[in-house]
Amino acid sequence: MRYKFLTAAFAATVALNFAGPAAATDLEVTHWWTSGGEAAAVAELAKAFDATGNHWVDGAIAGSGGTARPIMISRITGGDPMGATQFNHGRQAEELVQAGLMRDLTDIATKDKWTEIVRPKSLLDSCTIGGKIYCVPVNIHSWQWLWLSNEAFQKAGVPLPKDWNEFVAAAPALEKAGIIPLAVGGQPWQASGAFDVLLAAVGGTDAFLKVYQQKDAKFAAGPEIAKVFKAADDARKMAKNTNVQDWNQATNLVITGKAGGQIMGDWAQGEFQVAGKTAGKDYTCLPGLGLNEVIATGGDAFYFPLLKDEAKSKAQEVLAETLLDPKTQVAFNLKKGSLPVRGDVDLNTANDCMKKGLAILAKGAVIPWTDQLLSQDSQKQKEDLFSEFFAKPDMTLEEAQKRFADIIASAD
Amino acid sequence: MSNSERPNQLLRNLNAKVASIPMILTALVVFVGGTAWTVLYSFTNSKLLPRLNFVGLDQYYRLWATPRWLVSIENLLIYGVISLVFSLVIGFILAALLDQKIRFEDTFRTIFLYPFALSFIVTGLVWQWLLNPDFGVQRVVRDLGWTSFSFDPLYNSSIVIYGISIAALWQGTGLIMCLMLAGLRGIDEDIWKAARVDGIPMWKTYLFIVIPMMRPVFITTLVIIAAGIVKVYDLVVAQTSGGPGIASEVPAKYVYDYMFFAQNLGQGFAASTMMLLSVVIVIVPWAYLEFGGKKHG
Repeated sequence: MRYKFLTAAFAATVALNFAGPAAATDLEVTHWWTSGGEAAAVAELAKAFDATGNHWVDGAIAGSGGTARPIMISRITGGDPMGATQFNHGRQAEELVQAGLMRDLTDIATKDKWTEIVRPKSLLDSCTIGGKIYCVPVNIHSWQWLWLSNEAFQKAGVPLPKDWNEFVAAAPALEKAGIIPLAVGGQPWQASGAFDVLLAAVGGTDAFLKVYQQKDAKFAAGPEIAKVFKAADDARKMAKNTNVQDWNQATNLVITGKAGGQIMGDWAQGEFQVAGKTAGKDYTCLPGLGLNEVIATGGDAFYFPLLKDEAKSKAQEVLAETLLDPKTQVAFNLKKGSLPVRGDVDLNTANDCMKKGLAILAKGAVIPWTDQLLSQDSQKQKEDLFSEFFAKPDMTLEEAQKRFADIIASAD
Repeated sequence: MSNSERPNQLLRNLNAKVASIPMILTALVVFVGGTAWTVLYSFTNSKLLPRLNFVGLDQYYRLWATPRWLVSIENLLIYGVISLVFSLVIGFILAALLDQKIRFEDTFRTIFLYPFALSFIVTGLVWQWLLNPDFGVQRVVRDLGWTSFSFDPLYNSSIVIYGISIAALWQGTGLIMCLMLAGLRGIDEDIWKAARVDGIPMWKTYLFIVIPMMRPVFITTLVIIAAGIVKVYDLVVAQTSGGPGIASEVPAKYVYDYMFFAQNLGQGFAASTMMLLSVVIVIVPWAYLEFGGKKHG
């Protein structure tokens, strides 16, 4: 109740400020896209929105999602909502929607036939709560990529690996040449994400779903997952000399040939592009670590807080439509390195890696991602576990697996 | 002003009382009220938004079964002992040295106090670079020729909390020094003269005469240091963000991460209640000894 009152009070003051004929409506959009490639991509969205006669007020929050989300959420719950905000679609904004703080977009969605154009279907499902649509998915980001530096492998004198197992086998040669085999930055979500990728690649799609969708704790403690932990142990050993924090610094190690590879989502591709590198020539990408070619349908979406101001609410509708516009989709996703959410757009200019991704998507080899399957609480526990696991060489596999199974057992 | 003939206790100093109403309200509503609210909701299963759905002590059971929380507590203890002991000792020694009527005292005082002008965030970043093996101290020493020299406390799980303590001491000792210096200046010259006449060596004078006389200053200092210890957060965020792994986590960061990042208010409230409890356990017996005894005796 308190929040509603505050929201109303604040909205009233805002309405007063902006009363009167306003031709161009300012709409503040918050997001955590601050690395070079990301900033270039978000500029495309801003350009498209400004072209509709409104004005995009950029509210970039540095420090990646972990830092940005608490700020966004406290602004919404605290009664100072922005015009629109990025979240990873899935369960991050679930409670905000349930508390009635977010705007229902079902009308616009029906009008523009989102159910027909958005693909794969699971994207829109993640935006749907209680039969109503609350967000606009803008891209598909999948974590399932291994990025390799061609230069590093040349220097070490070993052929480019075709899958994870070959990569592990090549690690000693890389180390001998003074190259860090695998770059894993210190931010907790990186270690946790890398494990999830290994789970889907080494364990397979079924194992992934059994653990994260059905939350089968017994299975998570079993021998199949033990295999995944064995692979995670390899990754831990290969990554032990990475002394960087941020993911883009880790990607930079790969770009400059100081590291052999990195397990990171396709947003890393934006960094390669900004650095002027060409897919296939300077770097190589292996979807699903070369073992199990799937694409996880995680990604980013925009949510629109419920506003009292009519002009701003109108502008929200315009923004929602702009985001799904075919032209915006292409321009944005090319810069971002992610895949568009509609299948009917022309992506001739896409590079090799994106084309690989699109092909997998067309085959329908998709899995839901952990953002869609687990609550933030379980995600955080998982992050704590894996950041500890990657930083502590003496943590045994048995102990780690037991704690992992405990998290799955209590997951919601 | 009231000019009532019979002095009314309530109306005495009315201006002062009116003026302090905002502060009293703040104290009651924000501090006491907020604390009570937090403790109450720590017994619920509130997720992103507070909800009164009681689950008993579940949040506390989970808290004390979480390895990260246990690591945080351990780190806080180590960090606490180090900052308490070293900032008091170093602060006092620096103050005593400055008190020897040396030349350029002002200059030295400024230099020692200067780090205190920086926030913990800036301090953390500076020391993150200094202690980074690829840019900082280790690199400099290696470039000088000792190629096997290794000094990377922030990247070594077992000693990372000491690396953080170094930065905290660098930042905080200057202030302690100033407090101590003020205390030393408050000691009457005559005491020193008397001690000298009696032929007491200087270190003994400090240890047995001056320090006991500085008791109030020490208590103030202790409170300032202790408050800084319990709330340490920004320094860790800037230096290591809790890493490597969870090796440098602290309780305040656990509270923040679980309240906002993990969207689990109940768990965060339980952790902050435990922090409050630890402070209460330390403060109450001390306050009783310090203030309670005098009133009755």
